[in-house]
This record gives sequence, C-alpha cells and structure tokens, in this order.
Amino acid sequence: MSTAQLLSLSVRQAAEAISSGSLTADELFEAYRSRAAADRAAQADGLNCFTWVADAMQDGERAGPLAGIPLAVKDLFCTEGIPSQAGSRILEGYEPPYTATAVSRLASSGAALLAKTNQDEFAMGSSNENSAFGAVRNPWDRSRVPGGSSGGSAAAVAAGLAPWALGTDTGGSIRQPASLCGIVGLKPTYGSVSRYGMIAFASSLDQAGPLTRDVSDAALMLRHMVWQDPCDATSLAFPETIELPAGERLDGVRLGVPAELSEEGVQAGVRESFQAALGRAEELGATVRAIHLAHAPHALSAYYLLAPAECSSNLARYDGVRFGLRAPDPEDLLDMYTRTRHDGFGAEVKRRIMLGTYALSAGYYDAYYGRAQRVRTKIAEDFSSAFAEVDLIATPTSPTVAFKLGERTADPLSMYLSDYCTVPMSLAGIPAISIPCGLSEGLPVGLQLAGPAFSENRLLDAAYALEQAIGFDTGAARV
Amino acid sequence: MIDRDEVLHVASLARLALREEEIEPLARELSAVLDHVAKIGELDLRDVQPTSHVVEVTGRLRPDEPRRCLPREVALDQAPAISGGGFLVPSPQA
Repeated sequence: MSTAQLLSLSVRQAAEAISSGSLTADELFEAYRSRAAADRAAQADGLNCFTWVADAMQDGERAGPLAGIPLAVKDLFCTEGIPSQAGSRILEGYEPPYTATAVSRLASSGAALLAKTNQDEFAMGSSNENSAFGAVRNPWDRSRVPGGSSGGSAAAVAAGLAPWALGTDTGGSIRQPASLCGIVGLKPTYGSVSRYGMIAFASSLDQAGPLTRDVSDAALMLRHMVWQDPCDATSLAFPETIELPAGERLDGVRLGVPAELSEEGVQAGVRESFQAALGRAEELGATVRAIHLAHAPHALSAYYLLAPAECSSNLARYDGVRFGLRAPDPEDLLDMYTRTRHDGFGAEVKRRIMLGTYALSAGYYDAYYGRAQRVRTKIAEDFSSAFAEVDLIATPTSPTVAFKLGERTADPLSMYLSDYCTVPMSLAGIPAISIPCGLSEGLPVGLQLAGPAFSENRLLDAAYALEQAIGFDTGAARV
Repeated sequence: MIDRDEVLHVASLARLALREEEIEPLARELSAVLDHVAKIGELDLRDVQPTSHVVEVTGRLRPDEPRRCLPREVALDQAPAISGGGFLVPSPQA
C-alpha cells in the first residue's frame, strides 16, 4: 500500500486493512511516526502539534480490536514515564508514575501511543496560543489558530500527522478546535469517560473525548473509552454499547435550533453554512424547528466564574514541593510557593487563578460562585425542557471560522466569546459533537449537535447521516 | 472595578507573586471580565437550587480496606528536593 493510500484511511478502514492483511501495524505506525517526528523537529516552522513523539511502537501494542493503531494523546493525560506537562512550564520534566485510565483503556484495546499533543496550558484557552511549547498553527492556513485547548490534537488529525487523537473538553476544548480544523470532535456525557490521570482544570466540567476524521472513528474511540472506573468516583457506567453508526436517513428526527446560540454574534458565512446543513437535515427527513434556551446567553458568564473557581482550587497543588518546577534559592517556604507559581504559570492561567480566587473569596462567594451554580441549574433545566420537544439540538460550533494568530490574545474577553456556543452543553453535562459542514472564506465551519445525557448512539447516528450527505473532504488540509 | 490593593490581596490568597508591571494589566483584565459576568446579577434566581452534580448519581463508597499505593521511592522520584525519605522544603521562617 502506498503512503498516500495509507494516510487516506480512516482508523476504521486501517483496522480492517490490518486484520485482512493488506497493511501491517508496523507500516501504519511508522508512516505516522515519521510524519509526527518531522513536525516535532520543525518546531515553529511546522504546525507545532506535538510535545513528544514515540521512537517506536511499544511491545504489547499489537493485540486487540485497535491493534497497532497509532494514537495521539493530549499532553494533559498522564502517561507513565513519558513527559506530561499539560502545556505548562510548571510541570517541566514531569514524567508521571502512572497512566490515565482513558489512555490505558485505549491501549488495552491495542492502540499504540504515537505522540503527545500540544495544548493551551492546563486546557485554558481557545486558540492554543497559551502553551509553554508555543502556538500551534492551523493546517488550513498557517497564519491562523487551530482553536483550543486541544489545538495540537485537532491540527494533527486535520494535517494527517495522526490518524486520530484524544482530547479533553471543559467548555468546548474538543469541539471548537475540531470545528476550526475541519474534523470531528465529540464531548461525551459528563462521567462516561474516567477523569483519572487527566491533569485537572475544572473537575465538574472536564471530560475526555475523541478528535477524529469521521463520525465512525469517533464512535470507535468512544466505544473503547467508556468505563466506570473505581479510580474516579464521578465516572458512570454507560447504559449501552456504543455502536458504529450506519443510518443514512434522519426520518422522524426532531432538530431544535436555539435562536440564542445561532444568530447574534455568529459570522454571516458561518450562519450560511449552518443553514445549509439544516437544509440537508430536512432533505434527509428531519424536522427542524426554532426553540429557546432562555438562559444560554448567561452560560458564558456562569462558566467563566465556575471554571476559574475550580481551577484556582485544582491548581493549588503546584507549589514546588512534590513535582515539577521549583523557583531557585527560596528565602522561605512562602517565597518558594509564590515565586514557583509566578515563574511556572503563564498569563492566562494566572488570570484564571486570580479570577477564581476572587470569586470564591469571603464576601463575594454568594454573588459570584453561588449565583453561577444557580444559573447552571437553570441552563440544565432549559435543556431538559427542550428535549421534551425535540430529539437533538443544532447550533454552529464556533461563532467564527479560525481567526488569525495574535488576533484575540490582547483581549481575554474576546477570546472567551469563542466558547459561546459550546459552554452551555458543558454546564449541563450533556454530549455534543462537532462535524464539519462546509467552508466560509476557505476555512472550515463546524455544526454542533447536542442530545440528552447518554444519547451518544443517537447523536452519532444523526451526525453520521449528515456527514454522508454533506460530503466534506477532511483530507483537504493534509500536509 | 478591581483596584491594585485587591489584586495584591487576591494574589496573596492564591500564593502568587506578581511583578510590578503585572499588577495594573491584571486589575484591568479582571475588571473587564467581572463587568461582563455581573450580568447574571440581573437574573431572578430565588428558589433555584445550585447545581451540585450534572448527572444524577448516588454516592459510591468502597469498602475501607487497605490497598496497594505508590512505593515511596516512586512518589519521591519527581520531587525537586528530598531528605530522609520525605519531601524537603525550606523553613517556613527564614
């Protein structure tokens, strides 16, 4: 099989080719490994997708349904003996003594660790410009961002430097970069994938999920990840097997379109592409109707109180005592803490720690954190009411296509608005998938579909039917 | 509006040293974000329960039995400084 042929295979196809003998796991792994290594070596002259690339396939990675399939993993997953820094300087040189459950589940199904991917520091960002390893570039246009925080994972899959990648989503960190890079990204129901070994940002929101070339691969990865893990008390037993999607029609599917997340603030070209996708859905038999999520416009505000509050608590562990960076020549204990944290954290992480500490501090707790948790309840109730009327909800994934590097770094609030359409689902803990639905200004536009908790099979089926009808070429940005 | 003193107070709570030139931009940026999020103050949230967990779960308890944990030398292996089988830190008072 030629390299071009091999690179054109989805994971599902590659796994079939390996089991039928027309491709070996070693050929597949080496093809991707050499491409990933070249990007790592090129650093800022490449896409800068990776923070670490494997030298070879490890023993024991050749058995199981995913035997020998190369897997790129976001840097914030702990991988035993392999650098895991969550894109932060404060974890410089850290090699964890254990592996995250999401990664070990995929490895026990045969997936072979190919590389660790670049990301916004501690998953805080929407452009992958907040990384100790430098910004990632979008393979569709290298002067633009890939989105974030799983920007390295998204760019690597879009550029064909990895067949698929593992990411995490707290407020949109899988879906938004998938949208900006023209690939598929799925945030599962909160709790369906273990968070054990995921370096924590906001524990009530963090969720691992797949970034893939197509919907079938997203289903395939999710199938091998869901698990109720004794090491994560918030993980849940997924009530059914994740099936590979097959349907090509949407007959009887009721799609709801919330005005609050699809009109104001959405670029004209994105809206056009989104409307065209809704037209496709109707042609496939779906009914499309306007709905309201009255509190959705407040989701971003609630999120930017709750996530920083949780982050300020989770990141208290970085103190220079047990692992990672320690500031040199401390005068005393307090000086070591404060200077280690000053030197180790980047600007955005500091902003969020400050914001969260403020929101939780005496005198402000009720006005900020307490209110935000109540808004969160209203947002979840809005979704519950909507799902009594419709089966799935459709919105654009990102209000804009990929923006220019540097365009939003000076104004944190404008960066936060990148998550406008993805944050409500995160707060409600429900699953949502982004699939590419067209181009605007030559750049990919993402369609987001969301469903009730544990509706992943229905969500994947609908996304698959739309994907077939839209026929987006996810190989267009392959380098 | 967050002022300079408030920035310094919050930074001390967060155990975060700040350089002089970092203080004013943080005051400005935090104020801008807080102005934006303050809109949730306009909502009527009386009788609304705060979210404690997004998916209905009941507490899962395991039997309280000793289990294997990380060997001491592995736990200490990543530390910047160790002494006598523990983590070594500077004195709280210089």
